[in-house]
Amino acid sequence: MAIFLTADSRIIVQGITGSEGRKHGARMIAAGSNVVGGTNPRKAGQTVELSGRTVPVFGTVADAMASTGADVSVVFVPPAGTKDAVVEAIDAGIPLAIVITEGIPVHDTATFWAYACAAGNATRIVGPNCPGVASPSKSNAGIIPADITTEGRIGLVSKSGTLTYQMMYELRDIGFSTAVGIGGDPIIGTTHIDCLQAFQDDPETDAIVMIGEIGGDAEERAAAFIEKSVSKPVVAYVAGFTAPEGKTMGHAGAIISGSAGTAQAKKEALEKVGVRVGRTPSGTAQLVREIMRPS
Amino acid sequence: MDLFEYQAKELFAEHGVPIPRGQVAYTAQQAGEIAAGYAAEARAAGKGDPKPLVVIKAQVKTGGRGKAGGVKLADTPEEAEQKAARILGMDIKGHTVHSVLVAQDTDIAAEYYLSFLVDRAERSYLAMCSVAGGVEIEEVARTKPHALARILIDPLAGVTAMQAEEIVRAGGLPAEAQAGAAELAERLWAVFDQADATLVEVNPLVYTGDGRVIALDAKVTLDDNAAYRQQFDRFPDPGADDPLEERAKAKHLNYVKLDGAVGIIGNGAGLVMSTLDVVAYAGEEFGGIRPANFLDIGGGASAEVMANGLEIVLSDTDVRSVLVNVFGGITSCDAVANGIVSAIGLLADRGEPVRHPIVVRLDGNNAAAGRRILSDAALPTVEQVATMDDAARRAAELAAAAPARDPGAGQRGSTRGA
Repeated sequence: MAIFLTADSRIIVQGITGSEGRKHGARMIAAGSNVVGGTNPRKAGQTVELSGRTVPVFGTVADAMASTGADVSVVFVPPAGTKDAVVEAIDAGIPLAIVITEGIPVHDTATFWAYACAAGNATRIVGPNCPGVASPSKSNAGIIPADITTEGRIGLVSKSGTLTYQMMYELRDIGFSTAVGIGGDPIIGTTHIDCLQAFQDDPETDAIVMIGEIGGDAEERAAAFIEKSVSKPVVAYVAGFTAPEGKTMGHAGAIISGSAGTAQAKKEALEKVGVRVGRTPSGTAQLVREIMRPS
Repeated sequence: MDLFEYQAKELFAEHGVPIPRGQVAYTAQQAGEIAAGYAAEARAAGKGDPKPLVVIKAQVKTGGRGKAGGVKLADTPEEAEQKAARILGMDIKGHTVHSVLVAQDTDIAAEYYLSFLVDRAERSYLAMCSVAGGVEIEEVARTKPHALARILIDPLAGVTAMQAEEIVRAGGLPAEAQAGAAELAERLWAVFDQADATLVEVNPLVYTGDGRVIALDAKVTLDDNAAYRQQFDRFPDPGADDPLEERAKAKHLNYVKLDGAVGIIGNGAGLVMSTLDVVAYAGEEFGGIRPANFLDIGGGASAEVMANGLEIVLSDTDVRSVLVNVFGGITSCDAVANGIVSAIGLLADRGEPVRHPIVVRLDGNNAAAGRRILSDAALPTVEQVATMDDAARRAAELAAAAPARDPGAGQRGSTRGA
């Protein structure tokens, strides 16, 4: 069953006529995902050709859901329009909205997150500024390359896109139930903790890999959650030991402020609750290997 | 983006947050003139010679100015000029003072604390208020947590007049200051809300001898992602960035200068951060070799972006080897390889041939094609290594073995710290 995405997931792309929406819509279809439509308020009624499939364009998420039974939206709408796009998805009541867009003002994210909460959290939001969710051999919603790994029983949750890919590739012989890129912005919808809970409850996941990076205290809070609520083995990796204070390292949320948000503090918090923390991506993969394939 | 105090106060003033009168000065003479203006006004108003006349405050984007001697009182315009002369050019925690704020002195009866910020954990906004102001708020949070009120703000509703009153009451402000503080809090919220701030902080918030509540200090952090809908370029910070960072920014490259010898180029913030760490670990074996920079060429990077990145990294005179670490997800490794080849050609054509070894690790999307392009090009400075760990080790080893650049070659490079 994996988490968040299944083989039956019906995906729409918000912003399907834009260059990113088109490119990744085509890649999702090529990966075997069931992309059933897309939206652009100015191009309702048109179609786009993606990877040999004719995909209908709707004016709104609600229309797309009514016509196609879509239950997942992947949002590629540019930053200035992202907040409205997500609010529209929430209003339509789509169960899962994955926001790929990078560079969204944090006030906009705070607003659409508050809006989702006020609407009873009927819509799970992943992202923004994230690579999406991939359940290999089942469905792939976002921009995670489909051909770098295989289906298996590791669950992965990560703030970073390329580190997600790196880890999926390193452990391609063991394989993944689901990989979730939650994004590196200061405010995100789905958190490490949400994913840990979902993997804990997922009968197809045996072990969990958690990838964090400097900034905030999400990893520390995840550690507290693991101690209390996760019985499956967890292996972690934290990036940014060499990052200087006060400099944003690529992700808007990846910044050490004073003594807060350091990689060392995160590693210590995780190790204290029994999580094994790798020193490098390959070292982390090795720790997972020892759990999944004990010699 | 952090603002200087004087810039933050400009923003405050635009939204009606009361602040002491003041002006920014870039020279001691200007500081003296501003003080003389205030002295003349006071005399004209029949208020004699106020003592102290002004406070001179170093404008640096770091805390602890007072302790470092960056805040001084002056009784006369002459004294203001002298004190400004002493503060300008000072180094405070690695920040050089290029300007001072010359502000009218305030009669302080009590000091409080007030801020609005983005709360990552709650995925919302937070108001913080305390009767214990004028000291580091982290200190208050640690020693007197009950004296620091934290109130969540609903991003959909914002701060109403009633909630502003609740905030200052919860902070324990005395009855006589509450009305003024609540009004200020409402206006401060407008700054946070309308300027796309991630932090607005007033410490101290001051209750004056004549019963007013004003923002004596101001700290504002703005959200870079909102630059497209704000006018952030009206808050300049000349000389803040390293010259290489300036050049990289102009080419839309995500580059941070660090202090080591291995130039780093990778794709994706997390992978690049991880690469820095792995290079630093590997470098421990070679006498403490460290990464020279963070450079994320992003997803789907073209050959041109790769060429621009390589050019920036190679023009850092501290660099003695370069590590290109790419995991092709969206990025295609053949484009990266083409970028490396064309960048090296471009630099050679300019008479700046690449002499430093470049270690390349390509994996993922089109990796085989990328590796073949590099092998076929047979560039003497480029060496391919199969794994991230081995590539980091090799780059550190090569940096340790390389002689430091001769001084004459350093003219176009970084002048960090100079």
